Amino acid sequence: MNQPPSYQLLEQDPPQLQLTGNWRFIDGIPAIEELFDQLQQREMTGSLQLRGGNLGAWDSGLLTFLLKLLQWARDHSIFVDCSDLPEGVCRLLHLAGAVPPQPGRRRRRRSDPILTRIGNVTLELHQTWQDALRFIGESVLCSGNLLRGRPRFRFKDLLELLEDCGAQALPIVTLISLLVGMILAFVGAVQLRMFGADIFVADLVGLGMAREMAPMMTAVIMAGRTGAAFAAQLGTMQVNEEIDALITMGIPPMDFLVAPRMLALMTMLPLLCIYSMFMGILGGGLVSAAMLDINLTPFFLRIQENVGLQHFVIGVVKATVFGVIVALSGCLRGLQCGRSAQAVGQAATSAVVTGIVLVVVADAVITILCQVLGV
Amino acid sequence: MDTSPQISVSGLTMAYGDRVIQQDLTFTVRRGEIFVIMGGSGCGKSTLLRHMIGLKKPRSGTICYNGLDFWQQSPSRKRHIMRNWGILFQGGALWSSMTLAENIAVPLKEYTDLSAGQIRDVIDLKLALVGLAGFQNYYPSELSGGMRKRAGLARAMALDPEILFCDEPTSGLDPVSARRLDQLILELRDSLGATVVVVSHDLASIYTIAGNGLFLDGEAGTMLAAGTPQQMLDAGNLKVGEFLTRGRDIEPLS
Repeated sequence: MNQPPSYQLLEQDPPQLQLTGNWRFIDGIPAIEELFDQLQQREMTGSLQLRGGNLGAWDSGLLTFLLKLLQWARDHSIFVDCSDLPEGVCRLLHLAGAVPPQPGRRRRRRSDPILTRIGNVTLELHQTWQDALRFIGESVLCSGNLLRGRPRFRFKDLLELLEDCGAQALPIVTLISLLVGMILAFVGAVQLRMFGADIFVADLVGLGMAREMAPMMTAVIMAGRTGAAFAAQLGTMQVNEEIDALITMGIPPMDFLVAPRMLALMTMLPLLCIYSMFMGILGGGLVSAAMLDINLTPFFLRIQENVGLQHFVIGVVKATVFGVIVALSGCLRGLQCGRSAQAVGQAATSAVVTGIVLVVVADAVITILCQVLGV
Repeated sequence: MDTSPQISVSGLTMAYGDRVIQQDLTFTVRRGEIFVIMGGSGCGKSTLLRHMIGLKKPRSGTICYNGLDFWQQSPSRKRHIMRNWGILFQGGALWSSMTLAENIAVPLKEYTDLSAGQIRDVIDLKLALVGLAGFQNYYPSELSGGMRKRAGLARAMALDPEILFCDEPTSGLDPVSARRLDQLILELRDSLGATVVVVSHDLASIYTIAGNGLFLDGEAGTMLAAGTPQQMLDAGNLKVGEFLTRGRDIEPLS
């Protein structure tokens, strides 16, 4: 039998709905609205008998059709007799109706009105600020423990973190810093050559790398590399209840998990920054040698004469501040992480975004301060 | 044996935001008994445990340990109360970056002045008690689910706790491993005299270990019965009866 699905409402007492043909999705299930119209026109009351004698193959398509019909019949207080349908269909319909939806459990898919959404976002922002401030306060308190020489983390963890944040980041810092130095020199060379001021490329590269580019680029690299890793590590610990285990043992996660990470980045980021400064200057020197015929020796001598130590110190101070920011952003997002795989991903992404935004803001503030102080 | 009340929960209401999970829970856990919190999936068993172990503050009501209202205590006093707990989380919650020995050493270093050698001895003892002797230098990722739970139990017992909380200790284990873990919990209760609070919906486990317990119902949002499993059955509540006999599928084990 290869008949398309169809139904016919038979005038009997009680009325009967005759189902004929193959009722599978592949055969195209008829729209039920037309049947509802027919039933309403007849002002149906009492009961409706379903006839399945001519029914061929069927699948979930038939069941979805019948479930809608049963729901409509329930709403209109009509009893539906399914006894003539194949046994499998009856059993599945019974199973589908065995656990009725609990009142109040169904979630609205509709989005909230705009004012409700604005309110919710405002409350969320307020909560986020509160959490961030509490976290900063707690991190200050745990810094106190560090300063008093009473760390509550394992020294072995700190060493591993130092290695991870320092030595293992060297290749990527080398590559990015060399390229940034080369780009600075290249852009400067094109412009300065027009005025015959080729040698000033050294000043540009030296100053640019020392004050701005080295701390900023190192911080961005560490936010993407280490900040995200911190958030993912702590987020996974949250999912696996490892942080709960710490809390219930009376060991504050701030002391045990956040403090060593903060200390590691605060130590390693300035060192990486110094390394990045020299790599950037080397990159600039190479471009100058290739494009402007300025050898490396005069290039370095020029920087030595014209870029004072204070510029390098400012860069290192910035890098220290950025280190704290990147570590705290990563740890905050990790500890705020929900208890699902998706939440861990969001925590990592959020850590990178928060870290980079705060680093740029902090850079602007420090630059303005330096300007005001005349450094 | 002292059987005075050790944990007293009174009028406890738990909620996530506006959604009330359970309300008006009142029960007492006596010293040295195994108290099972049971109920269907999603009814709030683990949430109740999280409230009892200080991870979540109740909406209202009190949780008292030896007569002291936990949530009214100062942080240092809370820490002192928590010092007497051992907690076995559902997945073991072992710190994945540490070996089993290091996991067990953390609470020992935090709360005791034992020497490195003594700590090593305690670690060896606790791992031997849970049948994991020789696994000191294994990482959690190198162990099976059942072994991780046993290692979690070893860490929970590190400080010889007065109260042992176990969140679904047998879930995800094969029947033989589950039975071994039940036996282990019974032995620990008998040998250490610890009070054990277990969250479970594993019937075999409930009938094996439960002294007293309570039944939470997600739809009613409160407890439907309390007492021994037999007392709960005899109380005649349909839902409790259906749960404890798996829908009349099985007869309760004696």
